[in-house]
Amino acid sequence: MSNASLATPATMPAPPGPLREFWIYFSANHGAVAGLVIIVAVLLTAALAPVLAPHAPDLTNNELFLKPPAWQAGGSWAYPLGTDAIGRDILSRLIYGARLSLLIGIAVVALSIAVGIALGLFAGFARGITEIAIMRLMDIILTLPSLLLAIVIVAILGPGIMNAMLAVAVVVLPHYVRITRAAVISETAKDYVTAARTNGAGVFRLMFKEVLPNCAAPLIVQASLGVSTAILDAAALGFLGLGAQPPASEWGTMLADAREFVLRAWWVVTFPGLMILVTVLAFNLFGDGLRDALDPKLKR
Amino acid sequence: MLRFLLTRLSLVVPTFVGMTLLAFFLIRIVPGDPIETMAGERGIDAARHEALLHEYGLDRPILVQYGIYIGRVLHGDLGKSMITQEPVVREFLTLFPATVELALCAILFALIVGIPAGMIAAVHRNSVFDHGVMGISLTGYSMPIFWWGLLLILLFSVQLGWTPVSGRIAVQYFPEPVTGFLLIDSLLSDEAGSFESAVSHLILPMIVLGTNPLAIIARMTRSAMLEVLGEDYIRTARAKGLSKVRVIALHAFRNALIPVITVIGLQVGVLFTGAILTETIFSWPGVGKWLIEAINRRDYPVLQGGLLLLGVIVMVVNLLVDVAYGIINPRIRYAK
Repeated sequence: MSNASLATPATMPAPPGPLREFWIYFSANHGAVAGLVIIVAVLLTAALAPVLAPHAPDLTNNELFLKPPAWQAGGSWAYPLGTDAIGRDILSRLIYGARLSLLIGIAVVALSIAVGIALGLFAGFARGITEIAIMRLMDIILTLPSLLLAIVIVAILGPGIMNAMLAVAVVVLPHYVRITRAAVISETAKDYVTAARTNGAGVFRLMFKEVLPNCAAPLIVQASLGVSTAILDAAALGFLGLGAQPPASEWGTMLADAREFVLRAWWVVTFPGLMILVTVLAFNLFGDGLRDALDPKLKR
Repeated sequence: MLRFLLTRLSLVVPTFVGMTLLAFFLIRIVPGDPIETMAGERGIDAARHEALLHEYGLDRPILVQYGIYIGRVLHGDLGKSMITQEPVVREFLTLFPATVELALCAILFALIVGIPAGMIAAVHRNSVFDHGVMGISLTGYSMPIFWWGLLLILLFSVQLGWTPVSGRIAVQYFPEPVTGFLLIDSLLSDEAGSFESAVSHLILPMIVLGTNPLAIIARMTRSAMLEVLGEDYIRTARAKGLSKVRVIALHAFRNALIPVITVIGLQVGVLFTGAILTETIFSWPGVGKWLIEAINRRDYPVLQGGLLLLGVIVMVVNLLVDVAYGIINPRIRYAK
């Protein structure tokens, strides 16, 4: 019997902390890491827009309209991705567009998650008629085709980026309410909540200190997937002329402006959509990775 | 079974009432009253304004107005378009077949491509094909379809000249409207070339509208197949000497189909949402394009009626899917 084999248990590494454990599971998913890298890149682009953009996003130049990208005949490296119908630099508009799209995505999720958690907690704790009323309303919102409801809301409130964000937030609200309520109902049945209650914890303490931290995981996953839905829906509204209004360099609005030039200038149509696709894809990859890493049921 | 049906049906009533409330009050949020909206920028003098308010019942208490509204809705009267003065329901019914034809073809396309792709991906788990299908499907799921439509037009209509850019059929053909589905009507007509024209107009919108459902169906089929393939009865079937193809096609596929059918049912809302964008891009004369035009003209009765009609259709389809699911899977029926 050697000393070495006896010593091994002492050298066993300590179990990884929760963050470290999360990273081990998350980083095993290459798609999720790629998503995270793209998200960070888009965030940096948005933050550094004035530094990165070669031109001002709204600067028009009548002599340079519909100039093709640099690598095509007639293009120049001063306008790497070409110019649009009134001579604005497409690359600069895309870079500034990252600000708008991220702002929309994050604002919509923040709004819907705050209202959704409040309604979900309320429904889960109140039960009875309040719960039925809230959940019925959410069912109705879920039943209506999402974009149609958003369109009607914007049509009534008037087109614009704020109203578009509000409309998209309303449309995605039911997901957060449902998740919160389901988690609240399953958590309140557990012993630790009963213990806290017998210790005299008030209903607000139960809600926010005891129950809510324990239903955070599904909400975080839904939030990261929700950013992609928000960006996509807001871009769709922009494309229909109901979201951000020209001359805003929102990607969906840029596509709406570009539609009539689809036959003449492929670049004005191609690049804004590509940015939407890549950003939305990144958030979906990231959200899928989060779900796998945070869901204990899938852990082996 | 009867009890399950009745419970499920009883849930429809509050949802329907809620939808009418939503449709009714959403329109009331519009600044100004409908008369001013109709009058537009020309304006209207006060006496005429009063008279019109009274004529349309807009001077009565809001609950009475809602009562009148729901009474009319139950009689199938959703008001008239402010622009054309045609009843909203009639306009909707004229245009709806075009949307249904497009949506049906799109979901068929999604099924024909998505189910085999998902099955093969599951059987060859972690193969190059599996990773490819999952990658493409996540891309399809993330696709802004309004851009996807423009790209396809750019490639197939502009560069290659294979398909027309917009519309349902070339202008020289007028098939007799028998079913409202141009694919069938053009087949029934004797005009040479009209069917080909209808097909070539349909193909790009069909792909665009089918992309999101295709991605969802492929992912769902794969995960359902993976679950079923891990079951004991599959191992038993293999162990008793059945061929691999037989086990996959008969034993596994049939059981994997149940969750897939549910997902297909849930695509109705996705299809209507997509139809609004697809019809706008391809100038497809369906209800989606009609609603967008209604917004631009501030035609509120059309918006209100369209929202309610599409909502009710989605609700009914979801109900049918639930009932069908209860018939296929008795566990749902008896669960509380």
